[in-house]
Amino acid sequence: MPSLKDLKNRIASVKATQKITKAMKMVAAAKLRRAQEAAEAARPYAERMNRVLASLSAANAENAEAPLLLKGTGKNQVHLLIVATGERGLAGGFNSSIIRMARDHALKLISEGKTVKILTVGRKGNDILRRTFRENIVDYVTFREVKQLGFVNANEVAQKVLALFNAGEFDVATLFYARFQSVISQVATAQQIIPAKFEDAAAGSSASALYEYEPGEQEILEDLLPRNIAVQIFRALLENNASFYGAQMSAMDNATRNAGEMINKLTLSYNRQRQAQITKELIEIISGAEAL
Amino acid sequence: MANAFDFELVSPERLLLSEKVTEVVIPATLGEMTVLANHAPTMTTIKSGLVTVRLASGQVAKYVVFGGFADILPTGCTLLAESAVPESEASRDLLDKKIKDLRSEIDNTLSDDHRTKLEHMLADLTHLGGTLPA
Repeated sequence: MPSLKDLKNRIASVKATQKITKAMKMVAAAKLRRAQEAAEAARPYAERMNRVLASLSAANAENAEAPLLLKGTGKNQVHLLIVATGERGLAGGFNSSIIRMARDHALKLISEGKTVKILTVGRKGNDILRRTFRENIVDYVTFREVKQLGFVNANEVAQKVLALFNAGEFDVATLFYARFQSVISQVATAQQIIPAKFEDAAAGSSASALYEYEPGEQEILEDLLPRNIAVQIFRALLENNASFYGAQMSAMDNATRNAGEMINKLTLSYNRQRQAQITKELIEIISGAEAL
Repeated sequence: MANAFDFELVSPERLLLSEKVTEVVIPATLGEMTVLANHAPTMTTIKSGLVTVRLASGQVAKYVVFGGFADILPTGCTLLAESAVPESEASRDLLDKKIKDLRSEIDNTLSDDHRTKLEHMLADLTHLGGTLPA
């Protein structure tokens, strides 16, 4: 049975923890709003890019000379997994859900006899994946020092991926990140980016015939496909960022509530014990007086 | 009075402009081109340079863009720039930094094709430097 003093100390420490989690929740909420705005602002570009590429790729689907980024190397042997996670923890299941998905995917590929290479973006993912897949990690990017995620950061990752692809280091690239659905729900997502896949390829094909291309269809495609990789990664990073703060916010909200419950419980037993002690002292005095 | 059409200038980070305009001059790879309403559907890559927009209200806005492409339809024009800033915000420092980055990239690149492309970009940027107010 803890003494009164112990209980008092514990209550004080839980209160201090609650203050911290509450502050973190507020900070996450403010950052979440900014992250969401950034994600919204990036959407028009990604949408238009997707539309243009969808129509171009539909027109070039049969073309034997289409760029490799579009039709793939024709092989399916070496897979590159780009795993984007957060830089920090304390965000509930955010990091672990992305990592679990990437790990399951990697293990599945390995059991099929494929070669797996991993590029991690973000410190957390690197730390955890390093334990199981030390030999598979080919590169690691961190944005620890970056305050505001910009397109340049995404481009840096994209250039690494493209350099690996051009060197023939892999055949298929898949991007892992958490898609932002709402503050309480973020969905770990795997998205194949090389060879490129477009959602509405069929819808765009009708318009493509009317276009005039300068310099040429092929050149534009070759120019746009690498850029599209950067755009896709940028979008994933922004979604990830928003998801991270969403997850952190709800995790911290839970923590604050749990701390509150704990304080109530501890206060109750503190008061009980205090009363018990008073009663005990009274009994001692009374029985002492009666004995006289 | 010329016909107005929709013009959008987007960079990956934000939508810079979405307005009714009467005339847009874009620095296409094969030379500058002026887009008016009812332009034939065209898709072109652009190089780094100055985009001049004449708004429907008669005002003229200028933007500095760095690479990208334009999607032109009879009803509107969308310019997707890799990065873009209003001319008023474009400073010599920004340009110098881009040029410096590009130079170091040229030194580090191994493939000749890539280097040629980068050198073209460098030439565009240097040219742009001459047109900006110091």
